[in-house]
Formats: sequence, C-alpha cells, structure tokens
Amino acid sequence: MRAALLGLMACSMLAPAAWGAEQDYSLIERGRYLATIGDCTACHTAPGGKLMAGGRAIETPFGNIVAPNITPDRETGIGAWSDDAFYASMHDGKTARGENLYPAMPYPYFTKTRRDDVMAIRAWLNTLEPVVNRVDANQLPFPFSIRAAMTGWNALFFQAGEWQDDTQKSAEWNRGGYLVEGLAHCGACHNAKNALGGDESGSRLQGFALQGWFAPAITSGNGVGLDKWTVDDIVEYLKTGTNRFATAAGPMAEAVSDSTQHISLADLRAMAVYLKDQKGPAAEKRQAMAASDPVMQAGEAIYVDKCAACHTMNGAGIARLFPTLSASPSVEARDPLSVLHVILNGTRAAHTPYAPTSPAMPAFGWELTDVQVAAVATYVRNAWGNAAAPVTAGDVSSVRKNLAARRE
Amino acid sequence: MARKLPATDVVIVGLGWTGSILAHELTEAGLNVVAIERGPWRDTSSDFPVTHAQDELRYHIRHDLFLRPAQETLTFRHNARQTALPMRTWGTFMPPNGVGGGGVHWNAETWRFLESDFVLRSHLTERYGEKFLPEDMTIQDWGITFADLEPHYDKFEYLCGTSGYAGNLGGQKRQGGNPYEGPRSREYPTPPQKQPFGPTLWAKAAVESGFQPFPQPSGNLSQAYTNPLGVTLGPCTYCGYCEWFGCGNYSKASPQVTILPVLLRKENFKAQTLCTVQRINTDSTGKRATGVTYIDSNGEEWEQPADLVLLCAFQLFNVHLLLLSGIGTPYDPNTGQGVIGRNFSYQVTSSVDGFFEDKNFNPFISSGAIGMCIDDFNGDNFDHGPHGFVGGGYIGAVQTNGRPILSTRGPAGTPSWGAEWKKAVAQHYLSTYTTVTHGSSYSYRDVFLDLDPTYTDIFGRKLLRMTFDFHENELKMSQYITDRLADITQKMGPKVMEKHPRKGPYDVNVYQTTHTCGGAVMGDDPKTSAVNRYLQSWDVPNLFVFGATAFPQNAGYNPTDTVGALAFWGADAIRNQYLKNPGPLVHA
Repeated sequence: MRAALLGLMACSMLAPAAWGAEQDYSLIERGRYLATIGDCTACHTAPGGKLMAGGRAIETPFGNIVAPNITPDRETGIGAWSDDAFYASMHDGKTARGENLYPAMPYPYFTKTRRDDVMAIRAWLNTLEPVVNRVDANQLPFPFSIRAAMTGWNALFFQAGEWQDDTQKSAEWNRGGYLVEGLAHCGACHNAKNALGGDESGSRLQGFALQGWFAPAITSGNGVGLDKWTVDDIVEYLKTGTNRFATAAGPMAEAVSDSTQHISLADLRAMAVYLKDQKGPAAEKRQAMAASDPVMQAGEAIYVDKCAACHTMNGAGIARLFPTLSASPSVEARDPLSVLHVILNGTRAAHTPYAPTSPAMPAFGWELTDVQVAAVATYVRNAWGNAAAPVTAGDVSSVRKNLAARRE
Repeated sequence: MARKLPATDVVIVGLGWTGSILAHELTEAGLNVVAIERGPWRDTSSDFPVTHAQDELRYHIRHDLFLRPAQETLTFRHNARQTALPMRTWGTFMPPNGVGGGGVHWNAETWRFLESDFVLRSHLTERYGEKFLPEDMTIQDWGITFADLEPHYDKFEYLCGTSGYAGNLGGQKRQGGNPYEGPRSREYPTPPQKQPFGPTLWAKAAVESGFQPFPQPSGNLSQAYTNPLGVTLGPCTYCGYCEWFGCGNYSKASPQVTILPVLLRKENFKAQTLCTVQRINTDSTGKRATGVTYIDSNGEEWEQPADLVLLCAFQLFNVHLLLLSGIGTPYDPNTGQGVIGRNFSYQVTSSVDGFFEDKNFNPFISSGAIGMCIDDFNGDNFDHGPHGFVGGGYIGAVQTNGRPILSTRGPAGTPSWGAEWKKAVAQHYLSTYTTVTHGSSYSYRDVFLDLDPTYTDIFGRKLLRMTFDFHENELKMSQYITDRLADITQKMGPKVMEKHPRKGPYDVNVYQTTHTCGGAVMGDDPKTSAVNRYLQSWDVPNLFVFGATAFPQNAGYNPTDTVGALAFWGADAIRNQYLKNPGPLVHA
C-alpha cells in the first residue's frame, strides 16, 4: 500500500498530464488484475527485488534476456513512455524507440489484448513506486544480440492483431480465448516452438519442452492432454495448484503462485471452457507395452518398492497430495522430460492459500541408475491404462546431464 | 554483549508442537511472532524422505533426530543422597531437537486423559480418603477440568486428523469405542486404522475375558485427510518407522504436515533455527519479561525483545530455562516450598512377551499407534481399595514395529550373539508378540528437577539435575496391570510367556518413553504451581509455559494429545483474555 501511495504521489509530481481517467480506481484495479493474469511480475520483478523494477534473467534457447524495469521511473523505467508507445510494446513488440523487442516478452500473445485493457495495465503500472534500476536487457550472444534481426523473425512468426470474437461461440468461450491466447500467454510454454523460437504452426497448446520440463498438451480429445479433465478440474488446478489428477510443479507451480490463483473463478471457468474446446490432432493409436515385457516387470518392481507407498499400487495417488499417475497429462506426454525430471531431481508442489500443503517429492536420482529410472518411467507410462513410448537409459542419461548443467 | 534486535510482539522458545500451535494462533490474531529453535530446520522431503526415512541404524541406533548431549544434557541421580552424574548418551528418554520437535519422531498415540485425571487429588481423596494416598505423594488437581479442555482436545485432534472411534459421544456410550473416556463433542476426524493379526487376536482374547477392547487412537492416519487449515495428510502405509523416525509419507501428524506449511508463509511469522535461548530476560522488578537472549550457531549473542514470552521447549528445558532465568521460586525438597522443578513425573511402562509356535504376526505390518486396548485398569476406572495403590494404565496389543535391528528377541536364555542367537531370531521374529501397559507416574516430594551444583553446559550454564526413582505405589501398580495384561495375552495361546512388570530402581540407560512431565505445573495455588490454569506464570504474567511441563502428575496415557490441547487452551486464553487486558488472568 505504501508503495502504491508513493507511486501516486510520484506520478502526480512527475507527470501532471496523467491526472484524469488514469487515476480512476476501477481502471487501476482492473489493470492490476490484468497484469496478474499476464504474470508480468514473473519476469519483471527480480527475486527479492522491487515490484516490476526488472532485473530477472529470462532463459531462452539463445541466451539470457534480462527483463527491463517497467516502473514509472522516467530514466530507467517506462515513466516517459507515451500511451501509444506502451501499447506498441504490447501490440507490436516495439520499444518506445521503435526497436524490436525479443519475443521473450510474449508480445506474440499480448498482441491479442484490447487497447483499453492495455491502458488499464498502464494505469496500474503508473501507480507503482518509480525505481531507479538500469537494466541491460540484451545479454544475448552475437548474432542474436542484433535486435534488427527480429524484424525477420516477426515477419515469419508474428502476426499483430487484437482478439476477434467468434460469434458462433458463447461469450464465456470468447472471454476464455481472449485470456488463454492473449494475456495469460499459455502458448508461451505449451505451444511447440521451432528452431528459431517461433510457434510451430498447427501445434497450438500441444505441448513443448522448456527449462528442463515438458509443458504438456492442454488440448482435449483423443485421450490426449486435458481430455479426462472436466472444466471444474481445470478451474481447481489453476486456482489451487492441484486437483484430483495433478499437482503443479516446476514453471507451472510458479505460474499458479504468481498468476492463476489470483484469477477470478469466472475468468478461470471461461479459460477452462475455451481449453476444453481446443482439439489436438488425432493421436497415433498407441499400444501400451505388455506387462510381461522384462522392462515393464523391472519397472513394476521398482515402482512397488519406491513409489507405491505414496502414489498407491494402482497409480491413483492421493488427491491433492500425491498426484495420480494414471490420468496425468505429464506422465503420458510424448516427451517424458517432466517424469524424468521429477524422478531424478524431485520437486515441490505449488503453494496457494487454497491448497497450502505444498508437498514435495524427494529426488531419486542419487539412488536409481539410468536403467532403473528408464524402467520405472516406462512402467508408469504404460501401466493402469496409460500408453506411451518407452524411455531408454540413454534418454535418462541425457536428461540427467541436462539437469546437472542447469544446476550449475 | 548481546546485540539487540527490533522488538516483536511475541517470542516463542522452541518450534515443536506447542510452539507451532501458539505461533499459528497468535499470528492469526495479528501479532508478530518470532520463534527461536535450538535445532535445525526439518522438512519431510529433504530431511526424512521416503528414500531414506526407514533407516534404523541412522535414526534409532545413532539418534539422528535427537538433541546431542554435547549440545545440552542433564545430570541424574536416584535420590538426594547421591551425587548426580551427567548423561553423556541418551537412554531412557530421547530429548527432541529441531523444527517439529518431538512431533517429528513420536509414535502418534493420541489419547485424552480421563475426567478424573484432572481432579486427581480431590477425586481419590473423596473416594478412598486422604490416608489411602502415600504420605509423600504430591499429586494435585490441575485447576481445569476435562470439560474445560474438551474443545481444545477436539481442535488438536482435528488438526492432526486423528484416527479412532468415539466410545462416548456427547455422553452416549458406543460399542467399539473406549467406554471410559470423557464425553466427546464429535467423532474422530478419521476412522481407526486397520488392525493387523496380533491386535485382532488380543482383542478377541479381551472380549472372551469380558472386556471391551477398542482401537487405540492414532495420529498415523487411516485415510487421507485435509485439516481445517487446508493442509492434506496421506494415509499411513503401515511401515512401522514412526517412533524415533520422521514420516516420509505425510501420514503421521506432525507440525510439518499440519501447521508449518501455512505458518511459514505468514508475513508476521519468523523462525530462527540453530539458535539456543540462554535465558528469559526480566525487567528490574523481575515481574515482567522483556524478551530472551540467544546465541546463534556462530556463537554470536542476540537479544530479542518481546511483549510476550512463550516457553515451548521440551519439558526438561522449559524447567531449565525457568531456573536459569530466576523466574519463580525453585523447589526445595527439604521444606517442600517453591515450585520450579516441583512435581516432576515420568511414565511407568511394562510388557508381556508371548512366544508362539503356530502364529505368524508379520510384525513389520505396523504403525506407531496401531493396536487394540482396554482402559479398565487405567486411572481410577477400577476400585483400588483392595490393592493398596493408586493409578493405572491402558493395556493392550500395540504393534508399533518389526524393525530389523532391534526386533530380535528370543525367550529368556537365548544367547545375545552368535549362531544360537541367529537361530533364535529366525525362529521367533514372526511368531513373537509383545503386549504392553502404559501406566501413570504420580508425583512425590523427593522427585524433582533443579540446577546441578557441579556440571555446566557448553555455554557455562549449570546443567539441569534430575532426581527420580520409581516409588512403591507405581511398582505395585505396574505389577498389577501387567498381571491383568498377561491374563488376556495368555488366552492368545503362547507357548512361552514372559511378564516384564516395571521394577526399580529406574534405569536411565534403557529406553522407556520420552514422557517426562511436570516441573512447572499448572494449578490454582501459586504455592504449589508455577503457572495458573491458563499456563501463565504466577510471577511474570507476560510469560506462559506450555507442554507436559504443566502436568501436576502424569496419567496412564501418552501425553501429546493433552500437550496439544493445553496449547490450544492457552492460546485461546491469550487471544480472548490476555490481549484485551494484559496482566494476570487469575488473581490468587
């Protein structure tokens, strides 16, 4: 509150022209809410740093980009930006100087956001404490350090344009789509990316590996992704971080803690309604591995010994504590990265006031060999009605190396 | 010279069960709370995960979770004529250490005391006359009744998710529960644990003997449970690594799996670990606590000023800190005057071993609190007139573990090592069944805690000195209830049965229980109690003392449920009475 008050005072002194509609409570409150959906803080607030003062390094496949200061400080923040410039950053991926932003800033999604909502976010940002913090955003190696290169990238992978309602669909569906495809930028993780980091065409929301985790498909249909989840299951997951099937971990735990738990139930329901209507392509007909397969038998033995005490003998788990393995988008995902990550390193579940337990799974990487991890991962991906490609010891070995490198 | 920290509303010494409960309750009331814990931070997944929680060598033999005697210990003697010597390794009891305290490594047997236990002296005197009690027995009433405490027992049990079956629901007796228990306001949060073969067989024998056996109330949960704080616990897997161990399955009630996930994220709560409180500071009048002084793990001394000081350390160390801080009058056994260190009590346990030929008990299917019991020989549930003693205990078949290192007993005469021993272990592991009693320990004039005149700790402070031995009354009690246990166990059909009633003298080297009690007891009279009925110090009204420290004597039950209930009772008094009008809540 103190920061907000200081912010108000500072704005009134530094930007007298800003008096007017921008000081309207409803507008600022809407902007705060929308900024939460956009999870601006995830990148723009450094751990332990001041709100939106920048400085957090965003990991991309091409190197790190440091999120800039977006407080109203005129020198080092965005206080001097015009409203048009701010809109252009969200809508066109341009800085106030007209340079290209890097798409680590999810403008390919934010472009869907309507101008009045963008202005509400701006109004809220204007209330924050102006923090002097000069950020050198671009720490990419050559040639990625050339911002102009993004012009070509944009031409290939970016289409500016606000969300257009589909009049064939309900208002709720459209509200959900507006948020999922826009501010909530679900696709930033869940859309498959090509080698240049652009969205792979035709694979929207169908899952992608990043930051040592596999963000699973969140489409429905054909037994893939959220097919077994109801709208209520999705709402509960996003609101609390857990539901009868799954518990948010890794980057999704962060998304829940920082963002989705604060989204209103009505908006979450709209997002869930929209997501449930997103159909992925027909999955290949998969055949579960035979229980008699020696790898499955070895995996089962390890499972009974190491995993069943919590996840239970039939993989059902304990709702909201030990995730089910038999109806989990992550377990059956085409890429076993998340399963391997959790087995090797362990993980802690998201914490929200609605599900405060935040249980953690211990690491098993120190006591299971690559062959053993491969066997138990193969088992959980092919037991209890699951069917997914087996995991090899080589897969485990490379994930193990990758995770070790990430820790350093 | 201690460096002074910014003042806080409340400082709590020790972050176990009582510290966590008080911290939660008082942060809910909007106060800023700092908890100072001598031991390390402990968390399920990093400190006792399923990957290594079941390590008997590490946790049981090497005492991994416990206080190290080099950190702090006490001296012991049987009576005032002896010279006490320091305990250099733990034996009979296991002082806890670290966040969660004893709540991490308890067995989770979650008993309420009897209605008569809270008015013990009045009750026994009325029924048997003053002369029936041994002359030097100093038992007394608690200053509260079971009815006062019932809502708080309920709160603690619903925090934990305790598994059991009510025998007395609002005054209505129910078949299958404990017919002797005081009236419960509602059913247990979760149903009883499933009983293995041994308790089932013993319960059958008890029914044949005319008793009403019932499942022991358990903090190892029969099913998943989400408590009123929104924290979810899992179902027990019957692994049998409970007492001495942390639970890797989130299924044994502990501060870690019931309160801490919520408490830790409160902005008005702060915990300092690896910091040892040296003393409670008081102002020049000695009537007001000003905070505590502690030493961190770098040896730096800090002063934490606070408006309210809550002693929530383990029972022994609550008394130690009171004595070191000069709060209250130390007890003098020669005059019977003084209250700090007075009415120390313990627990009187015993067992009956049955060696069977035709039974397989699968002792590894177990939990800390699983079992079938009867309460007919507890407290004053039976007529003591003919027996010449008072007190009693629950008796039953409690299948707590079949762990590999120590579950290796044979009948008397079995060698303790070598080929014959191995043969005996192989023969008896599955077919030996031990039944137990859990008896009361009443207080006496010559049993007490004070400061040792000779030995000091690493900080140069005088060690706590314990003067304790079993008294004739307790040994008679143990003999009697062990015999009654054996009567029933015999009906299970063992080939050989061995009775092990508790015998004196007290052996400080052999594990019995960690149920040390008293030393700063609660009551109505400042001459015989250190704290009033709200656990508030008579001498320093902004100091409250929690834990089994407050028990005027110990009943024939495990103490934790009553410790938890007293914490909620005290928290309620602070929130609803003290904070509105800080000062003495009882005027003596």
